[in-house]
Amino acid sequence: MSEFVVPNRIFDPAAECMERGERAKLQAAGLRRTVERAGKIPFYRQKFEELKITPESIRSAADLRRLPFTTKQDLRDAYPFGFFAVPRAELARIHASSGTTGKPTFVGYTRNDLNLWADLCARFLVAGGLTPDQLVQVSFGYGLFTGGFGLHAGIERVGAAVLPASSGNTQRQILLLEDAGINTLICTPSYALNLAETITAMGKKNKLALRYAHLGGEPWTEEMRAGIEEELGIRAFNNYGLSEIIGPGVSGECAARCGMHIQEDQFLVECLNPETLKPVAEGEQGELVITSLNKEACPIIRYRTRDLARIESGPCACGRTTRRMSRIRGRSDDMMIIRGVNVFPTQIEEALLRVDGTAPHFMIELSRPGNLDEASIKVEIRQQDFSDKMEAMHKLRDRIGREVTAITGLHFNIELVEPNTLERFTGKAKRVIDNRKLND
Amino acid sequence: MPIKQLSLFVENRPGSLSAVCKVLKENNLSIRTLSLADTQQFGILRLLLAEHEQAREALEKAGFIVKVTDVLALEVPDRPGGLADILAILDRHQLSVEYMYAFTFGMDDKAVIVFRFEDPLHAIELLKDEPIKLVKASELFR
Repeated sequence: MSEFVVPNRIFDPAAECMERGERAKLQAAGLRRTVERAGKIPFYRQKFEELKITPESIRSAADLRRLPFTTKQDLRDAYPFGFFAVPRAELARIHASSGTTGKPTFVGYTRNDLNLWADLCARFLVAGGLTPDQLVQVSFGYGLFTGGFGLHAGIERVGAAVLPASSGNTQRQILLLEDAGINTLICTPSYALNLAETITAMGKKNKLALRYAHLGGEPWTEEMRAGIEEELGIRAFNNYGLSEIIGPGVSGECAARCGMHIQEDQFLVECLNPETLKPVAEGEQGELVITSLNKEACPIIRYRTRDLARIESGPCACGRTTRRMSRIRGRSDDMMIIRGVNVFPTQIEEALLRVDGTAPHFMIELSRPGNLDEASIKVEIRQQDFSDKMEAMHKLRDRIGREVTAITGLHFNIELVEPNTLERFTGKAKRVIDNRKLND
Repeated sequence: MPIKQLSLFVENRPGSLSAVCKVLKENNLSIRTLSLADTQQFGILRLLLAEHEQAREALEKAGFIVKVTDVLALEVPDRPGGLADILAILDRHQLSVEYMYAFTFGMDDKAVIVFRFEDPLHAIELLKDEPIKLVKASELFR
């Protein structure tokens, strides 16, 4: 019963179905503009001087190969606004992604950037069935996180109505879905699955007008999609983006659902071997490296996303001429996405350092017992941490929990374990055991 | 005359207590008494034994975290109100008890209660003129 045909609609046919040669010219001009804008950012200015790069020397998109990479660490090092290319007066919005030591990474938007972002979200929403007559519930958090406000603007751009529910409180989310007669749901895939199972348990499945879901913000699998669609009788679409690039809107699925169409008039997306940084063969998995072509406030060049995916360039039944990327299949670093929040093992180490000056051995364990992530940290007890008084041990455990939450923004279960019980590694320590099965 | 107590961190899982006892057995060490404070996830095992230093070495060598703490062993008459009378004296001196555990050994009409005070020597000082008998290590482990 969940099988219904999603009509093939295109929000911006001129951009999305552009002849490829035509697009390549547009990309070359966009890349030149980005190099020009990026010259105002000290990090890039220095790199351009070293590499003898000028805007005039950019003649085609192939010149991308000469440009320097940008890493998350580069962005962090320029905290707070070192990667902004426009004066403060021209900023219209600031968002942020989580940092590793409690400090976020800020990203800025001009008026034009916000306008572009709304268009990009509108593109994947329309590709996945959104029409102006629909009522859409946004269950992403509204705040520094790009998900809530990004999708909100995209829905308005399409002309549909938004119900900005924000995140949390499952019972209330379901009440809103039912009583407002919501047609389309926006949230993370794991939260959609959680809502679906709660709705089924409450016997409300047939009382909903829900038809579509647009899910993103974390990796998920076809198996999860099947579960969500079956449980709710809807069609669920995948979309991809990251705040360092713009937020959601970098790519999204069409009705054919054979990968996510990359908005190539706005972004150059490379798929590189994370070790050699050379392009992988067509269709092979590699790290996505993204360059913006029209962003003003934060132009970004060859950003190493650390997200692993495949890129397909064959034609798509929908008529779009853009290349498509697979689901995110993993990471080329040790970042975890827990309940939609990015967390690095080094953040946990930092929290443990704050407790006692030196970090003990620890292991992060992730699971998904129902549909929501559970995160625990096993911490080996050391002589100096141990007390014969239970109260002192509880205080230690609670203190670790508080420091971890202060840095990551997430609750972790803290388990104190006996010394030498966690596995030791020669070379790079493995700090995470992920039992969530996030990849097919 | 505080008594030396060994405290060990043990996880709350099958086999963790027997691992401790196995080490003691292999070293031919006998436990006089023990108490276990446990939570869902871990516990603190407290042991009294004659050769505490030898035990500590063996346990640490086996990888356990061991802490040596001074505790007081008080003799308590085995009759209704025996413990109440002693606690009333502690209250009067505003001595707060971190934790305590009781055991009997070889005496028909008396029990021994082990008390953990924040400052055991200060407690001894306060209790020296009270009608309370402090049990010495030599009596406890004879």
